[in-house]
Amino acid sequence: MDQESGGPPDVSRPAGNGAVTESGAAVSGPRGQGGGRAVLVIEDEPNISEAIRFILRRDGWMVMTHADGHDALDKIEAVRPALVILDVMLPGRSGFEILRAMRELAALRLVPVLMLTAKGQSADRDLAMQAGASLFMAKPFSNTELLASVRQLVGA
Amino acid sequence: MPRTTLYGTRIRAMRLARDLSQADLARGAGVSPSYLNLIEHNRRRVPGPLLAAIAGALGIAPEILTEDGGDSLLEALRATAAMTSADPPPELDRVEEFAGRFPGWAAHLAALQTRAEAQERIIERLSDRMAHDPNLSEALHEIVSAVTAVQSTAAILAETDDLERVWLDRFHHNIHSDSVRLATAAEALVAYLDVAAEETGLAAPQEELESWLARQAFHVAALEGGEKAPGETAALAGLTEDQPELASHAARALARGWLERAQDDARALPLERLVPALSAMVASGAGFRPEDLARQFEVALPRLFRRLASLPPVPGVPRFGLVVCDGSGTLTFRRPVEGFALPRFGGACPVWPLFPALMQPGRPIRAVLETASRPVHRFLAHAVAEPVGAARFDPPLAWEASMLLTPATPQMLPAADDASMRPGALPVGSSCRVCFRADCVARREPSILAS
Repeated sequence: MDQESGGPPDVSRPAGNGAVTESGAAVSGPRGQGGGRAVLVIEDEPNISEAIRFILRRDGWMVMTHADGHDALDKIEAVRPALVILDVMLPGRSGFEILRAMRELAALRLVPVLMLTAKGQSADRDLAMQAGASLFMAKPFSNTELLASVRQLVGA
Repeated sequence: MPRTTLYGTRIRAMRLARDLSQADLARGAGVSPSYLNLIEHNRRRVPGPLLAAIAGALGIAPEILTEDGGDSLLEALRATAAMTSADPPPELDRVEEFAGRFPGWAAHLAALQTRAEAQERIIERLSDRMAHDPNLSEALHEIVSAVTAVQSTAAILAETDDLERVWLDRFHHNIHSDSVRLATAAEALVAYLDVAAEETGLAAPQEELESWLARQAFHVAALEGGEKAPGETAALAGLTEDQPELASHAARALARGWLERAQDDARALPLERLVPALSAMVASGAGFRPEDLARQFEVALPRLFRRLASLPPVPGVPRFGLVVCDGSGTLTFRRPVEGFALPRFGGACPVWPLFPALMQPGRPIRAVLETASRPVHRFLAHAVAEPVGAARFDPPLAWEASMLLTPATPQMLPAADDASMRPGALPVGSSCRVCFRADCVARREPSILAS
């Protein structure tokens, strides 16, 4: 389930850079603002997380993906990312529950969370905000907006 | 006779609408103004010939004064008033005058209300489906997920100039697999909505069943006679096909269930034996005693009630109405009887013996009811609750209460020495909103009529 790189092509490999790291420096453009900071994407749709991973890495973020709700909290604690992108509908445990659990842990209370959901209803938005989301984004999202939100939330 | 009330009010309304004085109309109709005054205030009945003379003097057909639709139209108008939050509120005290002066507008208003309620329920059902139908939400989630992946990946392809070959291939592959997935999900959604479209009929399934039965006067002749035959269930199902009232799948399923039960009831209580026994009982003057019939035919009371409420007309025997509710008190079947208003939506009058019967399962309850209507009607009610289905120890246990209603005519009332038939009828209503009994302890919300 966990993917540090994922997919056949490692991000850095096509670039031919020998120094393969999670920083994704190889694909980060000159205007990259990630600065190698970690973003954890918790999303069970592999093609969505692959797209997000690509977009963020090109901006200089270190991206890790995780597809299961059940042990997502452990993953977040282990990684201590600068930002979590969290899907609502996850197998095992809902994004709302994970978010609430995060907010109860001192170490994770302040980690910004960008909530993604396929249900753009205001009820979901309210629920996300109550649970402590930093930002709420409805699917389908625009890559540009997603990137701008990530930059804004982490203060890039 | 009950229409007398309406005649006076309508005559007065018609006269005022024509700017005639009582003296003018009295002269035209050949009566004294004081007599006309008594008539207009519903203090005197109007003999037929005089009614014709008054109608003539008003320049209208007598039917306009007498035509039916009175009681049920007034009920419908009161129900309409109960639903509105209009300010100022409908002038309930003048509802008879309104119906009398503008019968067409009044009927139209009642029809509009019926339609509005039906449409509200469709909307409710559709929103329920949107919110709770797992198939629909799963299909939508699938589509949104696929669209999200496609959009995000396509944007990468479109906006990244120097995309490496290996990523290009990867994203092309992803878009392809997501578009296949999208097409499958869209097809499933279309197929689902196609089936669901059938369910958007105007009525709730229960109402479809009731209107289907009402067209047949609640008697399905095809169920009578004969032993259980092979292929019978299919034959019963055939009765529910191509019936205009049974538009939805749910209504047809209810109808099949009703038919199967009614057929069992018909076998246990064959017409050729039940009708003579019933006629003899009513003619004997001993009153209507369903317990005697149940004993004679060795059937449970609810079965007898259902059978009596689906008999063809029997000379000399009043018609029967039937109300059935489940363990939650929700009405599951309504066979109306003239003069006893049944609520179309929401809860019924908690005073009905139906509900006390539900609290004392197996204990039959008999009562004379007095309706909250003008004029007052009296009904003889028998109610009993019993478990549904075969006996079992494991929950859930399902209960069902049935209440048989019949006009409390002298020949139906049991002998006066019956302890349960002491004088004093139980005042009941249809539902609290349209009931005028302001001080009823069972009231659950204020009446719109009380003020």
